[in-house]
Amino acid sequence: MAILFLVEIAGGKVKKASFEVASYAAQYGASVGKEAVGLAIGSASEADLAQLGIYGAKKIIHANNAGFDSFDASAYAKAIAEVAGQVNADTIVISQTLTGKAVAPVVSARLKAGIVSGAVGLPDANFVVKKAAFSGKAFAYVKVETPVKVVALVPNSFGASKGDGTAAVEASAIAPAASRITVKEVVRQTGDVAPLPEAELVVSAGRGMKGPENWGIIEDLANVLGATTACSRPVADVHWRPHHEHVGQTGVAIRPNLYIAVGISGAIQHLAGVNQSKCIVVINKDPEAPFFKAADYGIVGDAFEVVPKLTEAIKAFKASQH
Amino acid sequence: MKFLVCISLVPDTTTKISFVDNDTKFNNDKVQWILNPYDEWYALVRALELKEANGGTVTVVNVGGAENDQVIRKALAIGADDAIRIDAAGELDSYAIAAEIAAVAKSGGYDMILLGKETISYNGSNIGGMVAELTDLPYVSYASKLDMAGNTATIEREIEGGKEVLTVDTPFVISAAKGMAEARIPNMKGIMAAKTKPLQVVAPQGVASLTSVVKYELPPAKSACKMISPDNVEELVQLLHNEAKMI
Ligand SMILES: Cc1cc2nc3c(=O)[nH]c(=O)nc-3n(C[C@H](O)[C@H](O)[C@H](O)COP(=O)(O)OP(=O)(O)OC[C@H]3O[C@@H](n4cnc5c(N)ncnc54)[C@H](O)[C@@H]3O)c2cc1C
Ligand SMILES: Nc1ncnc2c1ncn2[C@@H]1O[C@H](COP(=O)(O)O)[C@@H](O)[C@H]1O
Repeated sequence: MAILFLVEIAGGKVKKASFEVASYAAQYGASVGKEAVGLAIGSASEADLAQLGIYGAKKIIHANNAGFDSFDASAYAKAIAEVAGQVNADTIVISQTLTGKAVAPVVSARLKAGIVSGAVGLPDANFVVKKAAFSGKAFAYVKVETPVKVVALVPNSFGASKGDGTAAVEASAIAPAASRITVKEVVRQTGDVAPLPEAELVVSAGRGMKGPENWGIIEDLANVLGATTACSRPVADVHWRPHHEHVGQTGVAIRPNLYIAVGISGAIQHLAGVNQSKCIVVINKDPEAPFFKAADYGIVGDAFEVVPKLTEAIKAFKASQH
Repeated sequence: MKFLVCISLVPDTTTKISFVDNDTKFNNDKVQWILNPYDEWYALVRALELKEANGGTVTVVNVGGAENDQVIRKALAIGADDAIRIDAAGELDSYAIAAEIAAVAKSGGYDMILLGKETISYNGSNIGGMVAELTDLPYVSYASKLDMAGNTATIEREIEGGKEVLTVDTPFVISAAKGMAEARIPNMKGIMAAKTKPLQVVAPQGVASLTSVVKYELPPAKSACKMISPDNVEELVQLLHNEAKMI
């Protein structure tokens, strides 16, 4: 018996979210006496995959077939279901990246395996798993009643913990089923900051910035922190910022360690996508802005003065750390 | 072209969430139910636009009880031609709902099945992929753009930090994210017409759920926000370092 987890690869590298599901599978596996086995789909080096052992994986099955490069949820799900059978897995753990969100329910229906999506904790002895619901306004405890179970884990909710193992990497001849989808083009944002759903540090701004020409100070702050930038919905709606930066109920839901919100009022629909951040800093000139109620730290002040000062202070702090 | 749009009901976004029966049930009291924004604003409106451009019919389907009818009529007021309600009672999980939808989808011969990317209540993001698997159709998730030329769709979908452009032939299943269309507000003519449009109630297959919710919980109350003077941002940096351990 094994716990199977999906290893996602982007640009030849293992995605950060996959280290987290490796940790999750290994910790859950340890509690029930089962091994964590990863299925890596796509091309990556053996050395990179073996590193998943640091997070507790015992074995990585590598489906290195170029056919998988063109993403098709059904083809991925078929491969996962097949490998789950081969390694006799009774639990399948998939991170809720955008890829994972597409694949996990297909696997669930294919195997008739109950799924907990939005999981934020480990299963208990009765396989009851805590999940986020109502856009972060509540949690539900979901019991899975089927012999095989699927857990779709919220990225950055569990954390990746390092040990010192290495994983054996085993090539698999598994090939993708004929795809009915043809990928024509993949456009990725350049630069090396983490994409929003995986980001640990996020600097976000709203209508208080007055116009797109003022985003320089937001980008400067994000740069000193190594943070990813985000924005409120109206800002994306009027094209001050690209759509993929929009966070909230109708945009991306994120769960970073640190969320700094500048000139955002904190409407309930905005909070719905960010209220699971571990630490929230709000900078707003209005002391009555609702966001302060959801914040850990607040500064009442003009963003155009406070943000550059904060950037300088962080720069000075980072320099003093060396 | 025949479109099937899956619509769900969710508590209005400003609803204060609470639970009853020892935190085992959602408190329905005083809750205003609305169409799930992704279903209404994006999936339904894009289906209507494609129908208006190329002809066809748009059917909406909901799995739920008779109390849903009033909200289902809103989808008809926005422009759907007819509605099917699969008359399932009680709490169903994603799989049970998907299996009911798949049964209707298979018998209806639809060219495209559209859903929202997720319900804002359960946040499952499950049903699209499940319907696709149960109907053996290709699945495109989190689509932000959908264009048709003949039977071939060109779709943009969100991926981590970017987007992917792909093509797929009908029939297929697609889940809609922001960007696919602009929300429409029903007009008086639509609201009047909706009253007489067909809303067919069909018996469920009675597929069993694979999971159940045993308990709900509200997040712990947030401790008060620590206020820092705008003239002392250094204090914030120290707090982020020493107390929050974020930098
Ligand atoms: C169904 C539904 C779904 C929605 N989904 C989302 C969503 O996903 N995400 C989202 O963000 N919104 C969403 N909204 C919109 C949401 O209700 C708010 O309208 C929106 O979040 C407000 O954006 P904002 O805070 O940038 O702008 P505003 O509400 O206009 O707030 C601007 C803030 O900036 C402050 N400010 C102004 N000047 C300065 C300055 N110089 N320095 C510092 N502060 C300043 C002001 O005090 C104010 O608090 C949704 C709405 C609905 C109805
Ligand atoms: N009871 C339901 N009836 C019809 N469609 C539904 C129902 N519940 C969810 N859906 C559809 O499935 C999508 C995803 O829901 P979920 O998997 O719960 O996040 C929604 O956006 C709807 O399009």
